[in-house]
Amino acid sequence: MIMLRYVVYRFFTMLLTLLVVSVLIFVIINLPPGDYLSNQIAELQASGQSAGVAKAEFLRAEYALDRPMWEQYLIWMGFWPGPHGFSGLLQGNYGWSFEFDRPVSDIVGDTLWLTVVVNLAAILFVYAVALPLGVLAAAKSRTWIDYTSAFVGYLGLATPNFLLALILFYYGHQYFNLPIGGLMDPSFEGQPMSWEKLKSILIHLIVPTFVIGTSGASAMMQRLRANMLDELGKPYVETAIAKGMAPSRMLTKYPLRVAFNPFVADIGNLLPSMISGSVLVSVVLGLQTIGPTLLTALKTQDQFLSAFVLMFVALLTLIGTMISDILLVMLDPRIRYEGREA
Amino acid sequence: MTDRNDDRFVDDAPFDPQASVQQLERADLDAPNWVLVWRKFRTHKLGLISGIFLLLCYLMLPFAGFIAPYGPNERNGEHLYAPPQSVNWFHEGAFIGPYVYPIVAEADLETFQWKFVPDTEDPRPIRFFCEGSEYRLAGLIPTDTHLFCAPEGATLFLWGSDRLGRDIFSRILYGAQLSLTVGLIGISVSFFLGILFGSMAGYFGGRIDWVINRVIEVLRSLPELPLWLALSAAVPSNWSPVAVFFIISIILGILDWPGLARSVRAKFLSLREEEYVRAAEMMGASSGRVIRKHLLPNFMSHLIASATLSIPAMILGETALSFLGLGLRAPAVSWGVMLNDAQNLASIEIYPWTAIPMLPIIIIVLAFNFLGDGLRDSLDPYQQ
Repeated sequence: MIMLRYVVYRFFTMLLTLLVVSVLIFVIINLPPGDYLSNQIAELQASGQSAGVAKAEFLRAEYALDRPMWEQYLIWMGFWPGPHGFSGLLQGNYGWSFEFDRPVSDIVGDTLWLTVVVNLAAILFVYAVALPLGVLAAAKSRTWIDYTSAFVGYLGLATPNFLLALILFYYGHQYFNLPIGGLMDPSFEGQPMSWEKLKSILIHLIVPTFVIGTSGASAMMQRLRANMLDELGKPYVETAIAKGMAPSRMLTKYPLRVAFNPFVADIGNLLPSMISGSVLVSVVLGLQTIGPTLLTALKTQDQFLSAFVLMFVALLTLIGTMISDILLVMLDPRIRYEGREA
Repeated sequence: MTDRNDDRFVDDAPFDPQASVQQLERADLDAPNWVLVWRKFRTHKLGLISGIFLLLCYLMLPFAGFIAPYGPNERNGEHLYAPPQSVNWFHEGAFIGPYVYPIVAEADLETFQWKFVPDTEDPRPIRFFCEGSEYRLAGLIPTDTHLFCAPEGATLFLWGSDRLGRDIFSRILYGAQLSLTVGLIGISVSFFLGILFGSMAGYFGGRIDWVINRVIEVLRSLPELPLWLALSAAVPSNWSPVAVFFIISIILGILDWPGLARSVRAKFLSLREEEYVRAAEMMGASSGRVIRKHLLPNFMSHLIASATLSIPAMILGETALSFLGLGLRAPAVSWGVMLNDAQNLASIEIYPWTAIPMLPIIIIVLAFNFLGDGLRDSLDPYQQ
């Protein structure tokens, strides 16, 4: 029951945060002077094409860009009736992309779930790599295993993501015949899901997952190692060894469980930077995720498109953080969030 | 000292058997904090080396123009994408000092690329303290003396040349001026905001604390890069490179402060209950004075260590932004701008040297990490 109350409480704080974030994003998007249409109108007027001006003026009214800023925000969110009644993010209308001249939902379409897939894969990669390596480095501290993993970890933290992406792509293609660019074979694009398509996506995921996950995995590995070392110095470990417990069993049964909690909590800190990384890497590698769309939208001041992409990225991060918080409470019986108002 | 005339000398001072022991202890007890920190930091070899290296790097910045053989935007139209030239010392067994072979571009009609063929018959010694393109030493003194430059009638591309025939080595040196300072300016902004909001939240508590905490939570839960991108996309494109540089570093700092503010707040929460704080308050010190004179010095060193650890993120952030074309723009030279050239697979494969700027990035980021680790370990000298 307490658990359920915490989940509900956590869910509502997330919604509240999302609301604040939406204001923030809207303000940032509208920071540059003018908007896509007013720029276009100025351009058209300069070249004397009055027909285009009329159309752009019509669009401006259509998307309520001629109204005051706060009203624009409320209409965009769907809290306020626009020219066509309530029709905003809440009602599932993501707006219109002026650059592509299509609805935003058309443009983002498939890229949304591909973004989720890429990030999920990267998180799994982080866990799969950081957990065994971190434990191993702590158990064999001050040996060559420890030093090698520390060195690789530091290198992973220091190398810019996008360069790692290019280099791995090049060598992956040369030596392992991994595909270059994209998230699936072009022939599968727009086709229904099938085994072949899934296989193609999986093979294409190898390099991006590695690139996005590396820095996160290194950071997490270092933290897990430090936590494990703290635990290994405690008297109960000594007792277990003195009583003749097998080292591997002792390690996994006690210190690992304690060191594991920060590991789960950390994903909340890690997620923002990983999603950042995925945006950047997607641009470089030409993955069909939301990253490249965001970049073009920002460069062309395509406000509805970029605002939606930013909202989506923020939502993804917030949901991830929420899940990690809830998992943490479930995992660690010592943490109880009683007494807080739900 | 008394001479006893039997070949023995006796000190006049009374004998104290504890003297030697006490002296040692006293020296340590009296030593100011920074001496203790320095003593401990000295034993952290990796941190020490990194610190010296970074110091040298920053000292080099004003003299980048002197060390670089070429100007940052000096083009050499006949040597586009020239590969790195090796500097040799011995020519046919005879020592003639550092020299290079002049390279000549030849069209390769099979791959349709320029091939650069060194003329190994014609060694040309590198000139030292010679006249080259004009630059301003430390940004102030106009001069045209360089530490070394290309031999007469030849080129000197230590790390190759780029798409427009500009020397990559020189550009890396000039790029360091922006890439290395961006982190410092960014961290100052983040430091200022972090301490301001963190201390306000921790010292006053209550409603201010609640508001600041929510802001911190919101900012920390957002992915940084998309926001950086959105903010830098808002920078008007007609601004001067210098203005863009400052605004980009401020943008990097604006999103970085929450982490710092959180640790400041946590420290304040525990420290504000101490007696000396109450004493200061009773004597009528204003909150600003208590914060600045009594609380902050307690963990300033700690903050500096954590700041050192977040500079690399800013350097990488600038690189990423410039790389994507939303950060610094040409003609400004930074490592990210240079890597913009190496953005595609073709250039990595055919002109791998255009990706050389990644090496200084990796080395600087590693150095900052090691330095930060060393500082963090040694800043609490009383702790074992």
